[in-house]
Amino acid sequence: MAAQASFIGQKNKKGQVYADAWHMMNEATKTPSFLTGSEVIKEAVRRASCDIMVAYPITPQSEAAALCGELFAEGYIGDYFRGESEFAVMSQCAGAAFGGARVFTTTAGPGTMRAMENFPMWAGARLPIQVIVTCRGINSPLSIQPDTLEMAYLMQTGMLVWHAETAQDFYDWILKGYMVSEEPDVHLPLALCCDGFFVTHTKDMVDLTPVDMCLPPYDPYRSPVPCMDMECPPVRMMRDPFIMKSNYISYATHASWQQEVWAAGERSRKHTIRWMDGLIDTENTDADVIVVASGTAVSQSREAIAILEEEGIHVGLVKVKTLRPWPGEEIREATKHAKHIIVPEFNVVGWLAREVSATVRNNERVHAGPHVCGGMTMPPEIIAAEIKTVLGVKAPSLAGRGG
Amino acid sequence: MSKERIKIAEELYDIMPAEYQDLVKRATYGNEQRGWKDIGNAKELIEEHSLCAGCPESMAFRYILASLPNPEDTVMVGSTGCTSLVFPHVAVHNIHSLFGNQNAVASGLKRALTVRFPDRHKDVVVLAGDGATVDIGLDMTLQAWFRQEKFTTICFDNELYANTGGQESGLMQKGFVAKMAPVGKTFEKVRLPEIARESGCHYIVNCTVSKPNLIEKVIKNAIYIAREIGPTYLQLYTPCILEIGKNSMEGLQEMRDSEKPTERFAYKEYVSEPAKELLAELAAKEKERKAEVKRQLASTTVTV
Repeated sequence: MAAQASFIGQKNKKGQVYADAWHMMNEATKTPSFLTGSEVIKEAVRRASCDIMVAYPITPQSEAAALCGELFAEGYIGDYFRGESEFAVMSQCAGAAFGGARVFTTTAGPGTMRAMENFPMWAGARLPIQVIVTCRGINSPLSIQPDTLEMAYLMQTGMLVWHAETAQDFYDWILKGYMVSEEPDVHLPLALCCDGFFVTHTKDMVDLTPVDMCLPPYDPYRSPVPCMDMECPPVRMMRDPFIMKSNYISYATHASWQQEVWAAGERSRKHTIRWMDGLIDTENTDADVIVVASGTAVSQSREAIAILEEEGIHVGLVKVKTLRPWPGEEIREATKHAKHIIVPEFNVVGWLAREVSATVRNNERVHAGPHVCGGMTMPPEIIAAEIKTVLGVKAPSLAGRGG
Repeated sequence: MSKERIKIAEELYDIMPAEYQDLVKRATYGNEQRGWKDIGNAKELIEEHSLCAGCPESMAFRYILASLPNPEDTVMVGSTGCTSLVFPHVAVHNIHSLFGNQNAVASGLKRALTVRFPDRHKDVVVLAGDGATVDIGLDMTLQAWFRQEKFTTICFDNELYANTGGQESGLMQKGFVAKMAPVGKTFEKVRLPEIARESGCHYIVNCTVSKPNLIEKVIKNAIYIAREIGPTYLQLYTPCILEIGKNSMEGLQEMRDSEKPTERFAYKEYVSEPAKELLAELAAKEKERKAEVKRQLASTTVTV
């Protein structure tokens, strides 16, 4: 903390003041601005004191990645370049983070999958890289449309995984994300996900923090593992490389390190709760029916709840903000009175419903659906219809859904 | 990092590992004249290795580590393979992350170190096997060169996948019978040195590690040129004696046989024009330094 505090109040080369992050995010005057999600990413990165960004084109994150290039041209990022593939980009990000840089990148869908081998490596190497994932379809035939299937894979990597609903979430969480993931007892990468197009390509009012304030720079010497910059003594790391040993000590070392990586994710809870005011948001949890959702499924659910409210059906809402760490206790508590738990999702497998089912007591209450995928939108009416079906209330058939 | 920084507090001296005490007492950090002749006289930057007895790769490691001009500010990047079994014993920061991504990692690393230490030389050296460099990682090897990333790539060419048990690799000779090449490899050894030249490398050497003085020279050239101009590439023959049916003491002879003028590891070198100028400048400086030492010695003799 000492090293960071010493920067606060000083100016960077663009004249921005390194601010106390809590003050910047919670107390400084905010300016409402009408921006696309991609522009919001750019504005957050402008204030994030990033050292390195590596870019690669893939829809729907290309615009954000290119806008960050403009920031580099303006002098807001230390270095920026286009990598040759997502696998390479994520390795370039790793190299930069090993070298003590604050690193930012973006990807989507097939890019996430191509890069996948890197993500558990990032977590295992304790590199607090932030990757924006603007989710899109990963199936064949080729799709560029929104679909959150890739998040199911990211959730098993040891990374922190957060799911933004709105552009405002995005703006705040990019900045807060660095504060959480760079804590010495966390020091893990963050996959900050959103539903592609719905968030990246629509315009929304977003409250921006002052443009002349930025996050304090990353201090690599707060890392729980040595920064690879030859600025600390290079002792021999181990007497025998664990990979070549088939013995108990080797297994125990690997096992305990994996446990430590996941424990670090758990330790992020306290910081995340402080910065994000909880891992979930709740509304009307005394209702008999509660929708549990993440991403833009939350927005659609809010609309569905309003429709049902007009008909006298009260429905509560749980917005899941972080998937890793998983807010199991919070969801159990929020849904303890519910007779029915509805989990609408933008993917074919229903990974969120599986997680919720594995969390709550009496999980026959969990109704997985509605599901849309392959870029389909999720009109509030289909969520309302799902809820009515569960309640045994007759719902009028919806056009195009086979009546 | 200066040698000052690795010093041990007096009170804690006796509890530090012996090799660390040795590093503080006898390392050649901060001495640009360090080289292969220090081997055995000064603290080496490698502890006992975990390779097969007589493995030429272990010789290569010792010569290279003895020849780094600036180990106190050098970070190495490795890949999966036999080299990844040695790096944990090396007293220079080094990164292993995945198989084949070494030149991508080095690209990010070099840029980060340049952003963080704009006024200092932080050398980045990649050291990986031929499978990592030429097969699984070829894309990232070449792309780093296209981008003119300023680091040195060293390929330990043993002409097969050694660590996984001797499978065919792109740098294997045509006709060689190996695992996964059951009727002999059907295509020629990939000509990476030539590809490296076309891809923008400024200094390329193809040779064996039979001569430590030669390795010292090419390592220093490659690192100085990468520091000032752009990417450099060394392809070093480090035969896998196990997989070619040789005994522990036969590695050196195998390299000598393979570097004869008509053989595939005959010394070959390419130096770009800007790199030639740099080497000429460095040679002139070295000459001046030696002359200065001579002058000082002469004057000392007079006073005595």
